[in-house]
Amino acid sequence: MTAGHGAGLTVVTAGAQMFADSLRAQGVTTVEVAWSPPVPGTEDALTSVMLDRRRLEANAKALAAMTSAGAALADVRPAHQALDLQPGHFLHAGPPIAWDQMPGPLRGALIGAVVFEGLAATAERAEAQLDAGDFTFEPAHRLGAVGPMAGVVSRSMWMFELHDEVHGHRSWCSLNEGLGKVLRYGAYSPDVIERLRWMRDVLGPALQTATRATGGIDIVAIIAQLVQMGDEGHNRNRAGTLMLLKELLPALIRSGLPTGDIADVVAFISDNDHFFLNLVMPACKLMTVAASGFPGSTVVTTMARNGTDFGIQVSGLGEEWFTGPAQVADGLYLGDYGPDDANPDIGDSAITETAGIGGFAMATAPAIVRLVGGSVSDALATTRRMYDLCVGENPRWALPIMDFRGTPTGIDVTSVLRTGHLPQINTGMAGRVAGVGQVGAGLVSPPMECFESAIGALAAAVPRAASR
Amino acid sequence: MTRQVEVRGGSYRDSVGLMQVSRDLRALAGVSSALVAMATELNVDLLVSMGFEQPSGLGPGDMIVAIEADDADAVMRAREALDSALAARPAGTGATDGSADVPPPSIAAAARRTPARLALISTPGRVAAIDAADALGAGLDTMVFSDNVTIEHEVSLKETAAAAGLLLMGPDCGTAVVDGVGLGFANVVRPGPVGIVAASGTGAQHLMSLLDGAGIGVAHCLGVGGRDLSSDVRARSTLVAMDRLDADDEVSTIVVVSKPPASEVAGIVTAHAGRLATATVLGYLGAGQPDLTATAERVAAAAGLTWVPPRRWGGPLPEPRRGFVRGLFVGGTLCDEAMLIAAAELGAVASNIPLEGGRRLDTTLTASGHTFIDFGDDTLTVGRPHPMIDPSLRLERLERELADPTCAVVLLDIVLGLGAHRDPASDIAPLVGRYDTPVVVALVGTRDDPQGLEGQAATLVHAGAVVHASNAAATRDAIAVIQRSST
Repeated sequence: MTAGHGAGLTVVTAGAQMFADSLRAQGVTTVEVAWSPPVPGTEDALTSVMLDRRRLEANAKALAAMTSAGAALADVRPAHQALDLQPGHFLHAGPPIAWDQMPGPLRGALIGAVVFEGLAATAERAEAQLDAGDFTFEPAHRLGAVGPMAGVVSRSMWMFELHDEVHGHRSWCSLNEGLGKVLRYGAYSPDVIERLRWMRDVLGPALQTATRATGGIDIVAIIAQLVQMGDEGHNRNRAGTLMLLKELLPALIRSGLPTGDIADVVAFISDNDHFFLNLVMPACKLMTVAASGFPGSTVVTTMARNGTDFGIQVSGLGEEWFTGPAQVADGLYLGDYGPDDANPDIGDSAITETAGIGGFAMATAPAIVRLVGGSVSDALATTRRMYDLCVGENPRWALPIMDFRGTPTGIDVTSVLRTGHLPQINTGMAGRVAGVGQVGAGLVSPPMECFESAIGALAAAVPRAASR
Repeated sequence: MTRQVEVRGGSYRDSVGLMQVSRDLRALAGVSSALVAMATELNVDLLVSMGFEQPSGLGPGDMIVAIEADDADAVMRAREALDSALAARPAGTGATDGSADVPPPSIAAAARRTPARLALISTPGRVAAIDAADALGAGLDTMVFSDNVTIEHEVSLKETAAAAGLLLMGPDCGTAVVDGVGLGFANVVRPGPVGIVAASGTGAQHLMSLLDGAGIGVAHCLGVGGRDLSSDVRARSTLVAMDRLDADDEVSTIVVVSKPPASEVAGIVTAHAGRLATATVLGYLGAGQPDLTATAERVAAAAGLTWVPPRRWGGPLPEPRRGFVRGLFVGGTLCDEAMLIAAAELGAVASNIPLEGGRRLDTTLTASGHTFIDFGDDTLTVGRPHPMIDPSLRLERLERELADPTCAVVLLDIVLGLGAHRDPASDIAPLVGRYDTPVVVALVGTRDDPQGLEGQAATLVHAGAVVHASNAAATRDAIAVIQRSST
């Protein structure tokens, strides 16, 4: 308390407006909370978790781990080397899912991957074998890997391998194929398979040679720059892609590879503004893995979708998934496609929002704000709202338009349920039918069910001594 | 059906903007299909898949405009719409200010926007602990006005607060004054040397008003909630509040106002008071204990200040008469104090909040002998505002008692201050004037309260009431009207 009578007191009020009015009438600076009741049915669990004496410190530790993680591109290797993937075993995006529950894009991508691996001669044969249960699948997240959209990885696909020297973790992501009819959007036509073969035979080895020659590329540092160059790291990675190319070019040119191959590789990367997404994602995965496993922490460490279910993981609960039905994004459609053509939300790319960029950094990407169906001020408001859902900020990734405030980082399950506000995710939209490919891009949120079931588990995990 | 494909050179637009334009064109009447896009390989494939013919010699800097419509007029309208869309500034450009107005959805979010140090929570009791934990987590001293927070949650919140060096006022804390600022239902006090720690809202208001009447100011009044000195809560907030006041150079005297605590808690508080550098008065209101007015006088003495006895307004009361006293209160502690004094003189009294050994009224609140009703009790405020804001329930009862031949005298409290009814005397005075039954009023308020202490007293006296600034004195005056069987 200060000596001055009434001087300098600032009060936050939540509840009856008359008390705020009374404070203002006394000349007190008063900030009124736009209060709304917590999500119905979560009140008791929320109370237990909010009163858990471990919560604040655990969240602070999770945030510190997340924002201190390193992410260097250390190598580029085939999945059978990097992850020991066996023939007939495939990774996919999102939480676990059985073949008969998989949506069109994921089925299409698996069909394509089976054909690409030479396990079936035709798409029809591949589908029949998949129906027959000849192959096995698991979430990429389980192995520390991530994949955009369908996220399907087979053993011959090449992977970026990133290393966090601070925490001693590794993460992996496939190479980005470009836009339109591509495997990750569920397309499996011959040109898709042909492109995958070129990536396996030319792109992957060239990137391996160049990466090894660089001695490692600091992806965290590139992200720090791209968020100051109009990219939000999820739906816009134009600056990031160019900066990566800049890092790789000298080594590519010195590699001794055929000039034509080098030109093809450079053209492929240059023509695909999303190429760097597949490096942002594993970098974000390293951050969120570092934040995982702090008992009592309510920080979200994974948001991922398999096109049927949206799943989250929470720091204090390890690798347990909390799922709800994936939503269809609200956005803009390519050509004649419309909402009826879009598959519900799919992909591990929401790891970018989990680590505080993508939709959370919308304010820094005015060039794509119309994806929000809106304006630059909407984008600024979105980022501001995301600060309100997060436990802190990431000073390494400063947003100029927000006065160089760090990106909003560490989604707090309790904040989501207390306010009813959901995280915003920028995303691409895959066609509902296997083989169609991309139909649009837009915005989506997780279903509230994920957070509702997570708070129940968090409350059940509160030790009796920590909350009475 | 008319189809038209046009190529516009040198007019680069980003893909998102063009997707939006395409969508707008498709929404026009008579237009069945439209693609406006840069001529990338992907978009050219899309054009073909939509059934349009591929123009020759396309370069990546070209814009494709493909429209399928019912007739040439519709195509024309679509092209005009496209021209204006491409010429227009996008909606919202430049309007970047609005985003600063995102209202904080939680206390922690609000605390990040401003250097606050205090939160005032009056959210529903079932969820108020969530907001209180949020506020403490944000490093704020926290006042919880809400009631119906469980005792387990209260203890947990107070442990958290104490561990963080924060003060939790409440739950069910109706009154606080911090740095002279009134929070909740509080009186307007002048600055001064007294620091109050209060487990009772109206008790604290009465003490502040009595001190104000004696010209003694109050630095802070820190409420701790009615259960703080129970054996469950163990005075956790009281001890923090005492330390805060002890550390404040402005405070020369501390007073703790509460019902008598559990004996082990009394020991804790007494021991803590002994460790403070500041003189401390323990004002426990109970049987055999000093009343609030006596406590105020002790505070004045401890502070070395001149005590001025509380005022009385109005004429003499009638001679003692047969019948009963009916006490109608809005302040629970004021009702308790009146019952303690009345019971000592008249024997057991009936109440909806009976003292130990007192008779409990049934839920109809039908009067039974000497009767005291607290209209601020939780059971009477379900679904309606506190009687300090909405007087209707008590006014109804007042009229019944004034008309009741067994009622010898009516005793009322009126609590002024911030948040309270604007003009309570004007509601009560007409009823007082209409009946012969004597009415004694305990008027709790300060010189500077917005209702105007003198004006309220004058209105009541003009109607025939006797008005006291001391609740204890008002009670004694009312009891004097009752004819005892022994006399």
